[in-house]
Amino acid sequence: MESIVQIRDLHFTRGPRKIFNGISLDIRANQVTAFMGPSGSGKTTLLKLIGGQLKPEKGTVQVFGEDIHNVDQNTLYAVRKQMGMLFQSGALLTDLNVFENVAFPLREHTQLPEQIMRDLVLLKLEAVGLRGARKLMPSQLSGGMARRVALARAIVLDPSMIMYDEPFTGLDPITKGTIVTLIKELNESMGLTSVIVSHDVDETLSIADYIYVISEGEIVEFGTPDDLVTSSSEWMQQFLQGLPDGPVPFHYPSDNFKEDLLVGR
Amino acid sequence: MIAATLQNIGTWALGLFENLGRASIFFGKIIAAIPHTLTRPRLIIKEIYSIGVLSLTIIVVSGLFVGMVLGLQGYITLVDFGAEESLGVVVAMTLVRELGPVVTALLFAGRAGSALAAEIGLMKATEQLSSMEMMAVDPVKRIITPRFIGGFISVPLLTAIFTAVGILGGRLVGVGLLGIDEGSYWSQMQANVDLIDDVANGMIKGVVFAIACVWIALYKGYDAMPTAEGISLATTHTVVNSALAVLGLDFILTALMFGNV
Amino acid sequence: MTTRFIEIMVGLFVVLGFLALFMLAMKVSNLSRISSKEGYEVSAYFENIGGLKVRSPVTVSGVRVGQITEIVYDSNRYEAKVVMRIQAAHDYFPIDTTASIYTAGLLGEQYVALEPGAEEDVLTTGGTIEFTQSALVLEEIIGKIVVKLTSE
Repeated sequence: MESIVQIRDLHFTRGPRKIFNGISLDIRANQVTAFMGPSGSGKTTLLKLIGGQLKPEKGTVQVFGEDIHNVDQNTLYAVRKQMGMLFQSGALLTDLNVFENVAFPLREHTQLPEQIMRDLVLLKLEAVGLRGARKLMPSQLSGGMARRVALARAIVLDPSMIMYDEPFTGLDPITKGTIVTLIKELNESMGLTSVIVSHDVDETLSIADYIYVISEGEIVEFGTPDDLVTSSSEWMQQFLQGLPDGPVPFHYPSDNFKEDLLVGR
Repeated sequence: MIAATLQNIGTWALGLFENLGRASIFFGKIIAAIPHTLTRPRLIIKEIYSIGVLSLTIIVVSGLFVGMVLGLQGYITLVDFGAEESLGVVVAMTLVRELGPVVTALLFAGRAGSALAAEIGLMKATEQLSSMEMMAVDPVKRIITPRFIGGFISVPLLTAIFTAVGILGGRLVGVGLLGIDEGSYWSQMQANVDLIDDVANGMIKGVVFAIACVWIALYKGYDAMPTAEGISLATTHTVVNSALAVLGLDFILTALMFGNV
Repeated sequence: MTTRFIEIMVGLFVVLGFLALFMLAMKVSNLSRISSKEGYEVSAYFENIGGLKVRSPVTVSGVRVGQITEIVYDSNRYEAKVVMRIQAAHDYFPIDTTASIYTAGLLGEQYVALEPGAEEDVLTTGGTIEFTQSALVLEEIIGKIVVKLTSE
């Protein structure tokens, strides 16, 4: 199967912390690929590296056949027009209403007549079920609605790939379910390639075709959801079942507690 | 001890140069994006509204009171020399050459500059700028440059309005309250204020201050740490740095413009 | 807040700004009085110009008719050459007009006062005023008084 994104030997450091220590992976077309891992494992950073917003220290990221960190701005923008990105907060433009937010990429990149633009925007808003909310301002939306509007905005230019940054975090079960369904439907109906970054185990397992688990700057596990669930790794089982203690210790590294208490005496 | 102090000074200086360098690159990007932005006047009009029109009240009120105070103080001083007929010159010269551009720029930095920095800092913190980049829209072209042009147009106009209102305020006190002859208020002014040397130079100051204040506000917002603390720091720095820049530039410009008279 | 409202307000703001600029140009500064390319230029030589400056006024009977445009030292005549521009409406100065440098008030600025003569011919562009009276320099006057007092 054709791979849309190829990452080879990627190194990235932020401040004193090594975020990625030589990871390589592929994202295949028309699949839902998920990245999982504990908080702070650099999942969002990975999306920004794929989008060309951050530059790696070493290694290459190829997106749609372009080496994304070694192209001029025009090519970079041309590639970006083929990808949509859904930010965790939605990142809607606060001074525009819902309709204008979804219309924003069209207004910036096309010279479509107002009528066609209106049809396109309403079509996408209908797809996320928010056609009735088009007059609202972003501050009047709930978290889940904002994310759905952002989703409509991400697909308005009909991209071939969408990246979701923590799409399930902080949502109630019903809204979570809505988003899961939306991602699934969009992927099938539009022939999209989806990349999901998440630490919500159940939702991700239910939706992904292929999963990479990242921890401490390395890929620790990869495979289909079934492969992961049946994994023999203790760490993997702790992560999937959400156990407080295990290979990942509950305590931040510290001295002997008793001795610490006695220090003041 | 001495080594540590020297090291601190060194770190501080390096930080300063790094900041200046980044600000200059940012300025270059803004300038490069101006032709593109000029093709979208609607964006600029919106910014003139939020930068210029919304600053109008404070500019007019301050201008009126500054002019009235100048009229009163000038009269008290001049009347001792029997030269109260020159009040018009004193008020107009002070406003046109110095107070108009400087006070307008300071008020602008407080009213609009801080708002600009906070707005852009918040857009950064809420990933709006980042999401624009991912939509293949350059935030410098779409967000920063329209605001720069808006400020560049607004501040000189605000300066002119402040100065004109101030002169009217001086007239209100001098002619209206203290009974100076209306004719000599204006004619002495006209005889001594020169269009090029005074009015045009004052406007040049306004333009220079406009560039400095808007640049500082936009850079501070764009460079802000995307946290609540970062944004509050950005607004504070905007006001402080703008005030220092305006006063420093004012001294240099005054020396260049009026130093040889 | 509709786009229309914003555009109207911005329009008003710009108009207001330009009105203020117009007021500064016409009512506050000297644009309405002197447009520098009008009128004609004459020159006069003075032994001493005192505190006369470029842009100092030129008057006749106290009425302002022009201003000084240039002051240079003429090393051939060992005198200061003062060029003044006089408004076109005041084209009646005979060639034997006298130019004197006076001081407005005790500490005020210095200006050139013209006193028309009696000849038929009038001054035109490039003309020279032959009769001049230099500025009074306070130190010279005091010096003369001291000399006079001591010689008695």
